[in-house]
Amino acid sequence: MEVELKELLNDLQSLKKSISDPSHLALIDKMHLHAENIATLEKSGTTRRSKVKDMSAEVVDSNPYSRLMALQRMGIVKNYERIREFSVAIVGIGGVGSVAAEMLTRCGIGRLLLYDYDKVELANMNRLFFRPEQVGMTKTDAAVQTLSEINPDVMLESYTLNITTVQGFDTFMSSLTNKSFQPTMSGSGVDLVLSCVDNYEARMVVNQACNELNQTWMESGVSEDAVSGHIQLLIPGETACFACVPPLVVASGIDERTLKREGVCAASLPTTMGVVAGLLVQNTLKYLLKFGQVSRYLGYNALKDYFPTMEMKPNPQCSNAACLERQKEYILAKPTRDAAAKAKADMEALSAAENPVHADNEWNISVVDDELDGSDTRNSGVLPEGIVHELPVADEYLKPPNTEVVGPADDLEELRRQLEALNAD
Amino acid sequence: MEGWDPNTKSTLTQIPLLTIKAGPRDGAAWTQRLKEEYKALIAYTSMNKSKDNDWFRISAANPEGTRWKGKCWYVHNLLKYEFDLQFDIPVTYPATAPELELPELDGKTEKMYRGGKICLTVHFKPLWAKNCPRFGIAHALCLGLAPWLAAEIPVLVDSGMIKHKDDVATSSET
Repeated sequence: MEVELKELLNDLQSLKKSISDPSHLALIDKMHLHAENIATLEKSGTTRRSKVKDMSAEVVDSNPYSRLMALQRMGIVKNYERIREFSVAIVGIGGVGSVAAEMLTRCGIGRLLLYDYDKVELANMNRLFFRPEQVGMTKTDAAVQTLSEINPDVMLESYTLNITTVQGFDTFMSSLTNKSFQPTMSGSGVDLVLSCVDNYEARMVVNQACNELNQTWMESGVSEDAVSGHIQLLIPGETACFACVPPLVVASGIDERTLKREGVCAASLPTTMGVVAGLLVQNTLKYLLKFGQVSRYLGYNALKDYFPTMEMKPNPQCSNAACLERQKEYILAKPTRDAAAKAKADMEALSAAENPVHADNEWNISVVDDELDGSDTRNSGVLPEGIVHELPVADEYLKPPNTEVVGPADDLEELRRQLEALNAD
Repeated sequence: MEGWDPNTKSTLTQIPLLTIKAGPRDGAAWTQRLKEEYKALIAYTSMNKSKDNDWFRISAANPEGTRWKGKCWYVHNLLKYEFDLQFDIPVTYPATAPELELPELDGKTEKMYRGGKICLTVHFKPLWAKNCPRFGIAHALCLGLAPWLAAEIPVLVDSGMIKHKDDVATSSET
């Protein structure tokens, strides 16, 4: 392209010299100008900005972080630059995950780990982020291509795998525990995991990994009819895990029977997915940079513009063993937590000492911790209006009557042979 | 189980239920679960054969029993349509069901996810969730794959999306 344009400019020059009729000169000059403009556009399209060492708050057009650092000046965020220390894993680079990745990239996040096994298709073009020329690429490769152009400061890792398979899960776990980015980190190697997958199976896998690693994560989802969605914060042991209660969905608010179920498995809208990605990353920024209130559950009903919120305590009878272990640890750590909270309150009281809110306490009124001690706070099953369970709870487990139809064989190899014998004819 | 035909219901009650809640990462417990899976599959396959309703073949494709491969078929207008069948046992099994794949039909029907995973959301997933850990591979085939084939294959054949192998052979000869 660049060479072609240079040739064109040269040709126009020689044409101008050779021409005798002066009435054509103006037209040639005009053509020359157009060609030069195209050349400049072409050049600016290919220039990639170089990496930035420190985030500057300087307000100049060339500073990619000036508007973000302004958050600090305005007192919203204490230390915005800390964002460069954080690692976030995004599982599922689809309609929500890809947009969340772009938002975090533009915010200057330190490191992003991207997981997906799918390829970009034309059918994805009703959503944001991916471009038609990326059709056929893996979603992870296409995302790295776009994101590294937007912000070369972000460290990107892509994993093209299916986390629900035994092998994929091993790689998933080891990538989450790799601490090479921040060797001093306690716990796993990432600060937060964002689940942006589109199915229950994959969510249960993220839940399993995070429960085992004691890793805080956020779940997100958009309904198959594209008109509702939700985000949820999950802190192992402290909040309900994804297996504690059957998955929750925001009811669409229209009669389910009138929904057309035939045909396609899922509908999608760039709007709903963009809104959910926005809510998810907003909650992520609040969680990482410690500002505002981090939502535990936030639903979105697009038909009624209704945003239900709620909190869920862990289920002491949860079917997930790792969840139960985290619950036990959380209860054991209560004294430490209380002491820390008290120290924090004391500090705040000290700084506010000059101006006590209540100088005397005639009636001995004190604020008591309303946090109950775990075990008896089982979710009562009462959900806020507009939120429903997507799947039923497993029935009370009854020992089945002796249904052994096959003989006493209890050797795996023998059983395998028996099945193969049946398969043979 | 409302809305299921009496035939499927009676078949289902004869497939032995499983008792061990263990997945591929649970070591010895998984081996025990695998034995139960085999027993259920053996019972179901023998039952199908005795009722002249044989419709699948499935075997473990690795020693750990986490990957399965085989075939399934469906008879429509007296013609038999056969497809490759495969699936992985997910790490969160049996809390989540295996995702049954018919790779040859990938992209041919909307009731399928990428890679040929059949769409089971409405008719099967709630049942699986309700019956964890008693349902296994045999139950997934009986309640997930069989009704899917019965609903989808006639549509795919009638719309010309899939052709019987004899038709394909004749048309390529001429």
